[in-house]
Amino acid sequence: MISFSQVTKRYPGGLEALRGVTLTIEAGEIVFVTGPSGAGKSTLLKLMAAIERPTSGSVMISGQNVGALRPRAVPFLRRKLGLIFQDQKLLFDRSVFDNVMLPLAVTGFERREAARRVRAALDKVGLLAKEKAHPVRLSGGEQQRLAIARAIVHRPAILLADEPTGNLDAAYAAGIGELFRSFNQVGVTVVIATHDEAFAARMKPRHIALKEGKLAR
Amino acid sequence: MKTWWWHHIDALRTTLGRLLRTPVATLFNVSVIGVALALPVGLYVAIINLEDLARSLGSDPQLSVFLALDAGSADVKRIAARLQQHPSVREARFVSRDEALKELKASTGLADVIDSLPGNPLPDAFVVLPRGTAPESLEQLRDEIRRWPKVTHVQLDAEWARRLEAGLRAALLAVSLLATLFAFALVAVTFNTIRLQILTRREEIEVSKLIGATDSFIRRPFLYYGALQGLAGGLAAWAIIWAGVSILNGALVDLSRLYAARIELRHLGVEDSASLLVFSAALGWFGSWLSVNRHLAAIEPR
Repeated sequence: MISFSQVTKRYPGGLEALRGVTLTIEAGEIVFVTGPSGAGKSTLLKLMAAIERPTSGSVMISGQNVGALRPRAVPFLRRKLGLIFQDQKLLFDRSVFDNVMLPLAVTGFERREAARRVRAALDKVGLLAKEKAHPVRLSGGEQQRLAIARAIVHRPAILLADEPTGNLDAAYAAGIGELFRSFNQVGVTVVIATHDEAFAARMKPRHIALKEGKLAR
Repeated sequence: MKTWWWHHIDALRTTLGRLLRTPVATLFNVSVIGVALALPVGLYVAIINLEDLARSLGSDPQLSVFLALDAGSADVKRIAARLQQHPSVREARFVSRDEALKELKASTGLADVIDSLPGNPLPDAFVVLPRGTAPESLEQLRDEIRRWPKVTHVQLDAEWARRLEAGLRAALLAVSLLATLFAFALVAVTFNTIRLQILTRREEIEVSKLIGATDSFIRRPFLYYGALQGLAGGLAAWAIIWAGVSILNGALVDLSRLYAARIELRHLGVEDSASLLVFSAALGWFGSWLSVNRHLAAIEPR
């Protein structure tokens, strides 16, 4: 499903975030990418979503060379992915409902069906009662779950999460971990980058450890 | 196809929402565009009214064709037939030399002088009303008739029409120049509005790109915004002109009474109004297109 071969990413300024990484993630897997900050976890995810391009090597997703994608084709790749960011990137000028609606709006989904899916996604993360609220009024954990609802509403084949439990307490993190596991159980390939080793260990999934831009194990 | 429509209707709705959510800013932008467009359009209305006035004051251009003194009635008949058949002659009226002399006596008060003449010095003549009024075609007609046998002189009474036309042409050119300048102003205003919008919607654009929005999807509401703002500006300009002409007409009522004539200014016609609106909307669209192309590429998620 996802395969990296000899991927190196050097940022302008000379920082080498990844050095010759080769790995494969099969369809339906749930994988944790761990390592200290600066180990290249975020870069790994950004390469998968074509937010960054590899300096050398190739990144393939479902047989598509993501690194060589034409700019016009990038949106269509991203529609197959669900992205969860460290800083969540919620839009604070609109309601919870409208935030989750966004991925469906950009693909021109039929309105009634879209509303149904938005509610299903909100229900899944336990925010259905707050669909009319604005994101500012939500707690940190709720905001994170809102970001997750937005990432899954269009039923992506792959879910990429960067530090999804960033600043949440352990109990909350466990809940979110369970959420990811449930998506994985219905066939979604899940890749989670985290520095929270305890969180990763509790989930007992396959584990990719990065250290200074290289695979550690 | 259905999705495509949804996209457009959605973009239009979002855009209208944005315009109405900041009513003061929208009002000011629309006013600036309206005033900028009202200046050249107002001058244009002034010119079309001047043209009307000129047409009502000035007589149609005409040609006087004088025949040779020795032209007989056969020659007169031949020339009359030729004139009548000529494609650019609308009407040709024969003025016989006796008739001309009578007219001269009656209109000038030179009866005594004329009576003392040994014979009638006037030639037979035709007064020709041409079909077209363009100076070039009039001159061409004059030169052509002048070469006919038994025609000694052709006089073109079109000097006045020509001067007027030249004057109005110059005025129209000035209006076009002005319109070009203000069209540029409209594009610039829209460019800047859209630039600010893109900056304030930076986050939204970034998120949209991250969840798979195409560039045209992101661009669309901005283009609609520019076009709608331009259209609203065009409507404002139209309203300004309409109000101006109405106010002037109100003032002209007194003048009409004094002169016992109906003096009324013409409003902008349906066709011109439609062009104004289409033009302003298109310029708004163009301004935002320039702005979007310039600024959207700078926003790439990192």
